[in-house]
Amino acid sequence: MADPNKVDPIHQFGLTNIFTFGDGGLGFTNSALFMVLTVVLIVTFLLGSTTGRSMVPGRAQVVAETLYDFVANMVRGAAGAEGMKFFPFVFSLFMFVLMANMFGMIPFFFTTTSHIIVPAALAILVFLVVVGYGLYRNGFKFFKLFVPAGVPGYVLPIVVPIEIVSFMSRPISLSVRLFANILAGHITLKVFAGFVYSLGSLGILGFLGASLPLIMTVAITALEFLVAALQAYVFAVLTSMYINDAIHPSH
Amino acid sequence: MATEIPVMLVAEASAAVDTVHASTDAVAGMHEAGAALHSKVFPPFDPSSFGAQLIWLTLTFVILYFAMSRLALPRIASIIELRKARIDGDLSAADAARQKTDAAITSYEAAVAAARAKSQAIAEETRNAIKADIDAKRKSVEADLFKTIADAEANIQAAKSAAIYHVSEIAADTVKALVTQLTGSATHDEALKAVTTVTKE
Repeated sequence: MADPNKVDPIHQFGLTNIFTFGDGGLGFTNSALFMVLTVVLIVTFLLGSTTGRSMVPGRAQVVAETLYDFVANMVRGAAGAEGMKFFPFVFSLFMFVLMANMFGMIPFFFTTTSHIIVPAALAILVFLVVVGYGLYRNGFKFFKLFVPAGVPGYVLPIVVPIEIVSFMSRPISLSVRLFANILAGHITLKVFAGFVYSLGSLGILGFLGASLPLIMTVAITALEFLVAALQAYVFAVLTSMYINDAIHPSH
Repeated sequence: MATEIPVMLVAEASAAVDTVHASTDAVAGMHEAGAALHSKVFPPFDPSSFGAQLIWLTLTFVILYFAMSRLALPRIASIIELRKARIDGDLSAADAARQKTDAAITSYEAAVAAARAKSQAIAEETRNAIKADIDAKRKSVEADLFKTIADAEANIQAAKSAAIYHVSEIAADTVKALVTQLTGSATHDEALKAVTTVTKE
């Protein structure tokens, strides 16, 4: 890291303190900065684009309404009309993950979702909401979730543990899917971009050879934009489906 | 080093896919291997940063959630709702206007038909009235004419009979004068009687 000529793909994930509250207190890191920026951008955009409340929307308002409709249809499709009470929750999750991922695509910007703790906290929040609401709404009937209907009794001792394990692993799969995609993508991007730099400094032949990783870098950048949006979508869709389980526990 | 890191990261990524626990173990392992240098810990798995990140995430996400659920989403929902209501209202207004037009056309046609019938009735009535008037006038004229004719005939008859009477009177006077001249005496009545007898024959 000390050598400026060496490419370090890990460097981008490093946390740096911008300032600290009090003496040795809570530090405001670049991660915190980008969480704040994410929220500020989402809130300013959604509120700013809709201040006109235009009957015939402008471009920004169309984007805001499209996002609204997109997530609303997702939640309604997965969890039904009753699931719409969780619509603000799913919408917040979707926008937060989407914007954090998209911020990560801008060079020198920090990607908050690349640290396991952020997706993990969000996934655990989803898990707690699902379990909490499922128990609150259905009581003990919520545990029907682990007993699929129409399965013969002698298979249940095998099926029920599998169901429980798959249910318990949901927050892990939900968080690791997002985190691993973003982390791996950013590292791959950095490594390929590093190849361009190292090959380019090896003379004329290396300069020509560097075009290959350059093409790859461009292609992976495009792919990463897709992944950034797709992972936010997957996170929101899975959340909607888990909420559906909380509302309708019997399969 | 440039080749070592991707290999190390592949191991990291596969560890990450397994479970979080396995990954954190790997981090712990790295932590030991990385000696005292803090920067050698793979930052995404660095537990020392978890607390602060959690606090900031909680803070920002709670703000985001309330901004969304209290401000942004109700506003967008109301915009969409309002537009939908407006479109539905406009559509129903257009439908009502169309029905009104249809009704207007129907009533117009009915009015035209009624007016036509009325005009025909008026024409018929006028024609009949004129005819009746003409008939009445003709009748009265005819009656007048007949009366005049009858009067004239009566006058003629009267004049005729008066003339005849005067003839008899004159004849009687003449006869009386003649008889008086011839016989010396004759009354007017006798003379008239004689004339009447003669004229009757």
